[in-house]
Amino acid sequence: MPQTRDAAALHQAHDVDYAVTAHKVSKNYGDVEALKDLSLEFPRGQLTTLLGPSGCGKTTLLKIIAGLLAPNSGEIQVDRKTVTGPGPDRAFVFQDFALLPWASVIRNVAFGLELRGVAKSEREGIAEKYIQDVGLGGFENSFPHELSGGMRQRVGLARALAVDARVLLMDEPFSAVDEQTRRKFQEDLLSLVQHENKTFIFVTHSIEEAVYVSDQIAILLPRPSRVSEIIRPSGFRNRGSENIRRDPEYLDIVDRIWSSLRSYVE
Amino acid sequence: MRGRSLYLKLLSAVIVFGAWETAGRIPVSYAFPTFFESMSALATLFLDGTIFTAYAETLKPLVVGVAISAVLGIGLGLWIGLSEKFDWLFSPIFVVMQSAPLAALIPLLVMAYGIGLTSKVFVVCIMAMPVIVLNTSGAVRNTPSVLKEMGRAFLGTDRDLILKIVIPAASPIIFAGLRLGISAGFIGAILAELKITPTGVGDIITYSRSIADYPRMYAAIFSIIVLAVLFLNLLEKVEQVLFKGNQRGYASD
Repeated sequence: MPQTRDAAALHQAHDVDYAVTAHKVSKNYGDVEALKDLSLEFPRGQLTTLLGPSGCGKTTLLKIIAGLLAPNSGEIQVDRKTVTGPGPDRAFVFQDFALLPWASVIRNVAFGLELRGVAKSEREGIAEKYIQDVGLGGFENSFPHELSGGMRQRVGLARALAVDARVLLMDEPFSAVDEQTRRKFQEDLLSLVQHENKTFIFVTHSIEEAVYVSDQIAILLPRPSRVSEIIRPSGFRNRGSENIRRDPEYLDIVDRIWSSLRSYVE
Repeated sequence: MRGRSLYLKLLSAVIVFGAWETAGRIPVSYAFPTFFESMSALATLFLDGTIFTAYAETLKPLVVGVAISAVLGIGLGLWIGLSEKFDWLFSPIFVVMQSAPLAALIPLLVMAYGIGLTSKVFVVCIMAMPVIVLNTSGAVRNTPSVLKEMGRAFLGTDRDLILKIVIPAASPIIFAGLRLGISAGFIGAILAELKITPTGVGDIITYSRSIADYPRMYAAIFSIIVLAVLFLNLLEKVEQVLFKGNQRGYASD
């Protein structure tokens, strides 16, 4: 297919700069092989999606990149430095938000900075800016339970943005919000990728979502997990977010991914 | 809403005290005084100052014992909750302590520590500590793992995780343990005064019973219950001030 290219070929053609690389990463839980010799590169400033059926180890890979899990073998490099644990170069957006229920929105957003020892007035100034950016102005002193699911995830996103990491790791961030909010989030994410100079690594199980938001999609197949295919949707990126869903290339890629995944879905 | 709950509280008080008054008037037993008899005995205790000297005595082992149980109990509970090894080492002790027939153990305590304050403090601690320790350790172990993961992802140290995530997350259950522990401590303090040496409120109870002054006896028992309830309410207020967002449940529910 002309619109999808092999990542390796692309690498040779443009000599792409990679922000994150995974090299032969393996992870076992007891006898279960979750990941086996998985290698994958994440181009700087772009959004790469890890897509696959449940149990394919996509969240495991994301947590290894975050430094929350240690691989049994292989290594992750972020800006050519090997990952040994969580670091200031990466921030995480959690599937179930992981907000402190006893803390106000502003304290939650500033929490990453608080843990870094940033002074209260300074971190609240920064948090304030990102609360405005994600559209939660006026909710600074609300508590998480007073917010809707979508608003809670905006808090989670603001918290990750506030620490100004170069790599943003997002673990199914939109799966716990309703469909309409989710579409809005996807549009916002596209403009975020465009305007923030960050590398995004995004986990989802939604094929449409992956094709809609990604510069590069890595399809992971399970037991043990490996990268079966890398797809780079490119044709419809500059045609405006409202036109993507009826673009023939978009529809083709969605179809093609489904046909390669369907046999793995129970 | 607030007025309504106050109204319900008053109503329940009227029902309970009314039942007490009725039972005293039937009477269900010669040894059971009416509510008003007991209240007038309580007023006498207040007026002649007996109750104040009695509480000066009773509160000593109670305050010391509860303070020790709270500090040591929460400390040990945190440690047990955070470390698997300590769980194995200490949890059984507190499970045994909680289920031990305390009254039967009191003679042993008296042999070891005499009839003074030490033994009474021990009784209060044995009553109060297990539930504080077990609640604290259980709550710590049940800290939502995603919150701890979040703390680590945003570069929290172990100390940050304990102070800023584990303890606040566990605080509702720690406070519940504290409430149960303290009310058990009240029971312990009176038990100690009844079983070891009759002093303070225990003395009023024992003495009044021996001379068949039942209204005075029930007045003393009533006063200790009121004190316990007032103290527990105070503790609840403290908790609400300290952890404002917590009583409204978890955001990820």
